[in-house]
Amino acid sequence: MKIDRNVVEKIAHLARLDVENVDESVADMSRILTFMEKLNELDTSNVEPLVYLTEEVNAFREDVVKQEITHEEALKNAPDADENFIKVAKVIEQ
Amino acid sequence: MIRNTVYDNYELVVGLEVHAQLSTNTKIFCADSAAFGAEPNCNISPISLGLPGTLPKLNQKVVEYAIKLGLATNGTINKYNAFDRKNYFYADLPKGYQISQDAKPISVGGHIEVNLKDGTRKKIHLHHIHMEEDAGKSMHDQDPFNSCIDLNRAGVPLLEIVSEPDLRSSEQAAQYLTEMRKLLRYLDICDGNMEEGSMRCDANISVRLKGSKEYGTRCEVKNMNSIKNVQRAIDFEFKRQIDVLEAGGTITQNTLNFDASTGVTSVLRTKEMANDYRYFPEPDLLPVVVTDEYIKSVQAELPLLPEQLIHKYTTEYGLPEYDAIVLTDNKQFALYFNEVVKFTSNYKAAANWMMGAVKSYLNDQVIEITSFQLKPKQLAAIINLIDDGRINNSVANQQVFPELLKHPEKNVEQLTHELEVFIEADDNELIGFIDQVLDKYPEKVKEYHKGKKNLIGLFMGDVMKLSKGKIDPKSANKLMIDRLELHK
Repeated sequence: MKIDRNVVEKIAHLARLDVENVDESVADMSRILTFMEKLNELDTSNVEPLVYLTEEVNAFREDVVKQEITHEEALKNAPDADENFIKVAKVIEQ
Repeated sequence: MIRNTVYDNYELVVGLEVHAQLSTNTKIFCADSAAFGAEPNCNISPISLGLPGTLPKLNQKVVEYAIKLGLATNGTINKYNAFDRKNYFYADLPKGYQISQDAKPISVGGHIEVNLKDGTRKKIHLHHIHMEEDAGKSMHDQDPFNSCIDLNRAGVPLLEIVSEPDLRSSEQAAQYLTEMRKLLRYLDICDGNMEEGSMRCDANISVRLKGSKEYGTRCEVKNMNSIKNVQRAIDFEFKRQIDVLEAGGTITQNTLNFDASTGVTSVLRTKEMANDYRYFPEPDLLPVVVTDEYIKSVQAELPLLPEQLIHKYTTEYGLPEYDAIVLTDNKQFALYFNEVVKFTSNYKAAANWMMGAVKSYLNDQVIEITSFQLKPKQLAAIINLIDDGRINNSVANQQVFPELLKHPEKNVEQLTHELEVFIEADDNELIGFIDQVLDKYPEKVKEYHKGKKNLIGLFMGDVMKLSKGKIDPKSANKLMIDRLELHK
């Protein structure tokens, strides 16, 4: 995959990152991808992608309510909150 | 003459996405209460807050409910289920991704059937049903400088039900939603309350020239909180899109908002602003493998669904289809009817009482059948008294039923006795009443013999009044015809 300024800017936007030196990132990401392309030398067309590192399946929880933390504890680490709500920068304009 | 308008040249194409909030006790991936209406940010946990280091754990009930709906909509249950992350940033989604199912949803395909006004039924196909978590709630009008976030809803289980673009009118869309809501309520997995947001709907709407095989460009309309508003939004979009095309324009694939107060849609997001969700497998949750035995055990627990009840009522009970549809419109109403017919075999009379006297009483009082004070057995007792010729129908309707509503604790037999409305008149008494009436109307009796046979209704009415209803209409009718012959 060809990495150019557009690709870096798009990825930065998706990750909500402020990338200061775009050209540097273009070079870094190109190097990483070129290195990974080495893997394409192997024929994996008949190999299912590996998603889980364990063979286990079906880890269920019973449908029983547990109150693990209080309302006060929940709001304690929010950057901004009043007694009811977590507060964030206004998302839409009225 | 019907005037052809330019709108008649076009066909509407609609697919619906329904989000059904499941009525489980807890959220889909953590043990917080999933109840509606708590104080803000009280039903929360480190998992629903999206704190680092927390791990989701799947609520088994959600899988069970999803399979129930999949089976009830004739879908194919996926034996191997996985979850995926749908990535986007929004303040009410603290993790930065929603856990959903993308590649391997729980149920694939299937269909439901809907009744249309013209009496036909139409099969609406489903694309798939998948499990996912709800987001929190953002409020933008409580504080002038900030948006307020309530995470009680974050992580409440949802089923997203995606239909194929099979709907061709706003009426079909409304009927589809009505049927889907009925199904959710019969299965007892979602309360289907659109105003409270426990059932939500997005509509993908496009138009095309009639006869065209290609679909037009679609717009997705969001934020409709009632079936009526879905219908209004579809009707509005149908005209708007045709107007654009007829003026030589093209439809842009936008996400639209529907304003219920103006009935108008407006652009919420353009295609360029559309999110790139970058789905990838959720590594924090193990796959869910469903066995045939498990599917069979869920199948065995399914209640009778509206369609099966309609079949039972029309074939086993011999009821007209119309009656069966009305009786099954509401689950609790159908359950009540099922109880009534345990105590009487006059199914048609039971249906008539339910659809007539009982329904109009419930409507007058604005109550649900679950709050109705009479027991199914009491209603059946009234029906049986009529069938046994011990009270007549109008007395039952006008005296026994209303009185029983006032004294639901009373036994029907005893109450009828107290009201003194049992049929008592013997034939001699009856003949006395009949002759009295026929003597009163000599002219009408002549007209009867000349062919106005329906005058018998008038005579019977008077006999009924004279006897204060304590006669058996069947034998009175027979005697009436005999006596009329003697009054020639």
